[in-house]
Amino acid sequence: MDRIYEVMFIIRPDMAEEEVDRLISNLESQVAASGGKMNHVERMGKRRLAYMVGRFQDGNYILLTVEGGGPAIHELERRLRVTEPVIKFLTVRVDKEQARLAKIKAKRAAKAPPPAETGGEPAEVTA
Amino acid sequence: MAEETRTQGAASGASTSAPAAPVPTSSGPGGPGGHGGPRSERRPGGSGGREGGRKYFRRKKVCKFCVEKIQSIDYKDYRLLSQFVAESGKIVPRRLTGVCTPHQRRLSVAIKQARNIALLPFGRA
Repeated sequence: MDRIYEVMFIIRPDMAEEEVDRLISNLESQVAASGGKMNHVERMGKRRLAYMVGRFQDGNYILLTVEGGGPAIHELERRLRVTEPVIKFLTVRVDKEQARLAKIKAKRAAKAPPPAETGGEPAEVTA
Repeated sequence: MAEETRTQGAASGASTSAPAAPVPTSSGPGGPGGHGGPRSERRPGGSGGREGGRKYFRRKKVCKFCVEKIQSIDYKDYRLLSQFVAESGKIVPRRLTGVCTPHQRRLSVAIKQARNIALLPFGRA
């Protein structure tokens, strides 16, 4: 049921640090209220945008990792949409991708230890 | 046994019956054209002839993600993604970059996500 999402959003560059902090803590409490959990907050800092968004050329990137169901994310997105300093946001579901990567990793780890076995097999065939 | 004789016969037959065989006409590694760098055989599945009068050689392209074992193609990694975006902002086709089909699929999704969050441009700004 619980899924993991990455929510990346861009805040207008002229917003003060404390206000950003306040915004993030607001979002966090909102996520908790709607049955989710904010696992991680990453401030990616100010960056030049690849194109103009509204009248902004730069933006302050924030990345949230949120665990929760659809309603929690839906509410979070609605909040972002109505929060004026947020100029853009993107939500990506990552749990499936993480599961896939973990699987590959496990496969590799299993593959790596027995290299001696494969060397021994051809000898048996010829004998 | 039968296969051996056939291949031998084909080799000798080519040298005797066809003196103008395309083998000696190939200009070797120092030939004209080409993109430089190590030259290797053409991709399997190309036309049957080896070195047969080709004007320029093509370096065999390999998938960057397979070679470097990059598993996750993430929209946040715009530095990686920008290698596969042309100056015009377009996604570079597989036939030019050599990326394999499964990876190109993930790559294009990641590039589109990155565009959406203004990490990569949609077009030339």
